[in-house]
Amino acid sequence: MTDAIEFLKPRSAVLARRAEIIADLSKLLPTDCLIHEPRELMPFETDAFVSYRRMPLAVALPRSTQDVASVIGYCHRHGIPVVPRGAGTSLSGGAIPQEDAVVIGLSKMNAILDVDLANRAATVQAGVTNLSISERVSANGFFYAPDPSSQLACTIGGNIGMNSGGAHCLKYGVTTNNLLGVTMVLVDGTVITLGGKALDAAGYDLLGLVCGSEGQLGIVTEATVRLIAKPEGARPVLFGFDTSEQAGACVSEVIASGIIPVAIEFMDKQAIEICEAFAHAGYPLDVGALLIVEVEGSEAEMDLMLKSIVEIARQHAVKTVRECQSAHEAALIWKGRKSAFGATGRIADYICMDGTVPLSQLSYVLQKTGEIVVRYGLRVANVFHAGDGNMHPLILFNANDPKESADAEAAGMDILRLCVDAGGCLTGEHGVGIEKRDLMRHQYAAVDLDQMMAVRSAFDEGWLLNPSKVFPLDGRPA
Amino acid sequence: MTVHIPTTEEEAAAIVIDHTARREPLSIFGGNSRAGFGNASSCEVALSARGMTGIVAYNPGEMVMTARSGTPVAEIEAALAASQQMMAFEPMDHRPLMATSGVPTIGGVFAANVSGPRRIIAGAARDSLLGVRFVNGRGEIVKAGGRVMKNVTGLDLPKLMAGSHGTLGLLTEVTFRVPPRNQTERTLVISGLTDEGATAAMAAAMSLSVEVSGAAHLPVSVASTFRAAHWADQSATLLRLEGLSGSVAVRMDKLTAAMGSLGSLSHLDESDSQTLWRTIRDAAPFADGTMRPVWRVSVAPSAGHRLVAALRLEVGVDAFYDWQGGLVWLRMEAEPDGALLRHHIAAVGGGHATLLRATPQARAENDAFEPQPKAVSLLSQRIKEKFDPAGIFNPGKMG
Repeated sequence: MTDAIEFLKPRSAVLARRAEIIADLSKLLPTDCLIHEPRELMPFETDAFVSYRRMPLAVALPRSTQDVASVIGYCHRHGIPVVPRGAGTSLSGGAIPQEDAVVIGLSKMNAILDVDLANRAATVQAGVTNLSISERVSANGFFYAPDPSSQLACTIGGNIGMNSGGAHCLKYGVTTNNLLGVTMVLVDGTVITLGGKALDAAGYDLLGLVCGSEGQLGIVTEATVRLIAKPEGARPVLFGFDTSEQAGACVSEVIASGIIPVAIEFMDKQAIEICEAFAHAGYPLDVGALLIVEVEGSEAEMDLMLKSIVEIARQHAVKTVRECQSAHEAALIWKGRKSAFGATGRIADYICMDGTVPLSQLSYVLQKTGEIVVRYGLRVANVFHAGDGNMHPLILFNANDPKESADAEAAGMDILRLCVDAGGCLTGEHGVGIEKRDLMRHQYAAVDLDQMMAVRSAFDEGWLLNPSKVFPLDGRPA
Repeated sequence: MTVHIPTTEEEAAAIVIDHTARREPLSIFGGNSRAGFGNASSCEVALSARGMTGIVAYNPGEMVMTARSGTPVAEIEAALAASQQMMAFEPMDHRPLMATSGVPTIGGVFAANVSGPRRIIAGAARDSLLGVRFVNGRGEIVKAGGRVMKNVTGLDLPKLMAGSHGTLGLLTEVTFRVPPRNQTERTLVISGLTDEGATAAMAAAMSLSVEVSGAAHLPVSVASTFRAAHWADQSATLLRLEGLSGSVAVRMDKLTAAMGSLGSLSHLDESDSQTLWRTIRDAAPFADGTMRPVWRVSVAPSAGHRLVAALRLEVGVDAFYDWQGGLVWLRMEAEPDGALLRHHIAAVGGGHATLLRATPQARAENDAFEPQPKAVSLLSQRIKEKFDPAGIFNPGKMG
């Protein structure tokens, strides 16, 4: 645990009234929906950004939109900060609470309310897991497209908060492009609905604004998401190159050629070795960079697309090409990639960074990333969504060594600055949270941040919602 | 009307600062080719972005373009075509329908969130918009978003600017996705379906893994305006497939087999298909040179035909459908009847109606945009104040 990132100082007036607040909340909620014993609060003190922890004042686990409205309205009247939480899988600390905050966890709101295939829409409660939507409609030939690595656990509410993506977003877009409507509770307890089953809505695009707002504009309790017809088939191909430059150039040219694969995943040498040792996916170990390119469609279509892609790869001196002969082989190729985080965790502690750069800068940013990490005496493994420039460097370190921990964090910050300086941005699909909050000024000028903060204030004048996140702690509106 | 046409952001900012100080309203537009949008405004002075032109950055390998907001759409399309790329959302040209003139600009496309038939598969203009620069009501030059494909760092202000019709700021620069252009396209025509039957057919087509990129239905009254078309004496349900030519052929076989039992089928080749979808995109069947009221209605795809059926019992109306039935183009024979229309929209499950063409008198009597529920309207008002505290940008345009 490090302490480089500050939290807001807890409101002493709130802490002093802890017992009273807990008594009041227990009256507002059904039984078994309030947690306040320290031992039971422990699972809520952090999320997947585990190096920071704060014990919340209490955790409310509402069963309905009305419950959420009661709790949030109460907190608003009494000046108590509120931290929304889905499954707690945030990698940027988006769900880490603070001592004076009530956590509103949506885990009990996990019903799929309506599946409407004629309108290709599903309406779900915010605590439903990402994967369960696709599972529900799979037999009907549909799926929900955004597929974050944590999709087995993470919730739609959290996905909306962070505008989550995944490997297959190159073709289908991220959460904001697949969200049709929400029911949300504003800070004062007012319930509003935005959007619905129509493809657009009247007035300002508040739905677009809410998606990715990291729980600072309100708490989403229900969502209507777009369903898409499943492709007939999908097939990955593995390409090995001597250098990252060759792989990067190949990615740019595939895209410029008019083919949009459904996914283009990149792994560097370190990542290849780690994943191969774990998954035995048959990755070549004599290459410097690996691409997994997946196309979708009928057999004939996939043959057509892959033929062009292989041709382009050959023009970029591809060393290994492995087309799958069976579903088993395809699964194996993905198994290696999908186990990257777990496999890395076996050999070292790591932090998973998330930044986005223009495609033309991929090779440069990779090279500089390597230099930064070496400067700190650490190692890095790169696995990322190359098709949209979303980098995920995994910085390896020993969490029991305080200096290495601090160095890893500092190296991560340097890498994010590098992404911005290369024309990209601080986030891809993990959000800002607390992790990247203090770098916001590196990406935005004061006037840009002020405009965003003003909009945030239009929703939550007292800044009670997830207050330690996203915007630097100093320079906020009075 | 005086029209300021600054050529730089700084000039634009100076004009805004001056007008804010005097609290004098400004009509904000680009080429003003979409002047039919919104409630009438009483501004005596206008600020147009059309003097800020030119493509700022375009690297086809990144699938992203940055252009000054006053750049003509035609110039953008030409540059994209030269690199076999496109705006996936297929922006409509409103001039024929609205009987307006002027040169459509790329800023106007995003300010009005203009999206065409491909919206059902490729998203709206707002989904392609990655970054913006704009002058807010304090005369500040603000940047939001970026030029990479995943970029919601902080609040997604570009989404808010898209469709805000110049009420929050003057867009000065936009950055947007430009995916590869489809190598070819073909359209399957199913003749003779009722509106209800067509809605079911379109939903069935969208549930197949053939990537339908356009799903529209022309009832016989509208189909008959396509004089050259062989279907002109029957309704036409239209399903478009796009992509690599080999792939389109494979998928068309599959789609044709699946739709075979529904009605008599025919196919349009690339050139006829392109012409047809441009016609639908621009709502050309109702670009009739009259001022008969035209509404653009957005509802759940399965609700469009029910809305039209209910209206037909009460008023004279003609209609056709895009977006799998969810985008309904309505031409009223006499009055706009906004209240009646909105009543029926609510009855079929909700959505919204936008008045795109009407006489000044009819406009004065009908809200151009769907009125919002009170809590949402208050929120929108607070947001507007955060961008334009003096309330000088297009006052009253969005209600």
